[in-house]
Amino acid sequence: MIPRHQTVLFVVLLAASIGMTVLLWRQLDRAHQRMLAGENTAPTQAPLVAPAEPATLMVASDTDGSLQPRVLSLPLPSLEANPAARARAILGRLLDLYAAADSSHPVSGGAASVEQVFLLPDPTNSSDPAKAHDKTAQNGPQLAVVNLSGTFAANHPSGIETETLTVLSICATLHANLPRVQSVRFLIDGRQQDTLAGHADLTRTYLTSQAVPAQEVIQ
Amino acid sequence: MRWNKRMAGGDGRRLRVVARTFGRPILATLLLMSPGWVAICSSSISSNAQAPPAPAAPVARYTVVLDAAHGGDDTGGHSGAWLEKNLTLALSVRLRSLLAARGVTVVTTRENDSTVDRVRRDELANHANAQACISLHASLSGTGVHLFTSSLAPAQPARFEPWSTAQAPWMNRSLALAGVLNSALQHAGLTVTLGRTSLPVVDSMACPAVAVELSPEGGAASSADHSPIDSLNDADYQARVAEAVAAAIVEWRSQGAGAGQ
Repeated sequence: MIPRHQTVLFVVLLAASIGMTVLLWRQLDRAHQRMLAGENTAPTQAPLVAPAEPATLMVASDTDGSLQPRVLSLPLPSLEANPAARARAILGRLLDLYAAADSSHPVSGGAASVEQVFLLPDPTNSSDPAKAHDKTAQNGPQLAVVNLSGTFAANHPSGIETETLTVLSICATLHANLPRVQSVRFLIDGRQQDTLAGHADLTRTYLTSQAVPAQEVIQ
Repeated sequence: MRWNKRMAGGDGRRLRVVARTFGRPILATLLLMSPGWVAICSSSISSNAQAPPAPAAPVARYTVVLDAAHGGDDTGGHSGAWLEKNLTLALSVRLRSLLAARGVTVVTTRENDSTVDRVRRDELANHANAQACISLHASLSGTGVHLFTSSLAPAQPARFEPWSTAQAPWMNRSLALAGVLNSALQHAGLTVTLGRTSLPVVDSMACPAVAVELSPEGGAASSADHSPIDSLNDADYQARVAEAVAAAIVEWRSQGAGAGQ
């Protein structure tokens, strides 16, 4: 025969165990909910470290073969401190527009397609090529070398008009935001390529003055 | 023989130019030899050197060059089973028939699905002494017919032209030809976009040259039952474009245009 006090002690201990189990289970569930809530509220974008500035994008349209200016407010690196990064950010935004679902000039790839932009002294536009480097440090003309990804070129729609519009919109956008850029060359994965997607010549130097929309639509 | 030895001993650097002899553009390749030696290798020039040149005969033929872009390994634009090279060839064949029926001598850069490199196309065009050169392209982007001329700045003709900018002295005539094509295509009820571009094949042509790019008649965002590919493959659409281009060539001939720069 089990003594009464032992029975009572057993029941009390059993009840305490069950209570602690329930309490632990609920605490675990609350901790899990807090963790999920914390993930949901975590920042998903890097904080903006640069103030937003207006940038003019020359956006191409396949419908009428035109380039139309569009002014957007973008966080951009300083023009004085890092003009090449600024140029890359602007071109990245331009290609993001082309990669959007409702694009007037659909080209996949987006901002990641602009691998690098280099700004160099432009000896062809300098009256004294020997002093081109010195002039660039001040207000001399610049040559922009735009290095695009091979994926961008491989996935670019083929055609004279669409390829020409891509090239001209990049040139015109660079000139609109960095007026010292007067000529542009293109590389694909760091190398010179004959054409963008079978048509537009990438072996030549493009003058930004020629990137002014020259198309006209009839009918 | 001594000359050949010197030739073989040269450094092999080549400068490709278009030379104009008695009004006839020919291809010449200059091999830059040791200082003071320049060998001009060209069958046309060789024959002229051996025989006294005949006086320039009046142009008896009216010649048009049709360049069906891409071909062979170079498919051009593609989407599924649709290949740009097939459409340009079909358009070239159709145009050739229409122009031949109108008494125009047609030189084509390819007659089948063969690979023809860019330099060879320009050699064929420049040897033909053509009054018009039409480079045929197709694209699934855009709307209607795109007419492109070279973006080279017009230049004065010279006896030797750099190969890559041989089109420069012909720019004014090319722009005029584009205008005639534009009028004919408009008259046929087609949407036309004019533009200028840097297209290597056209930039090296020594003749009035225009690139004609066929795009879907209703644009890339065509209806579900009439996709851009259907539009480009539409025989009626192709026929209307070919008829309009042929009519423009006939108009160009009636204007007596194309013979000079």
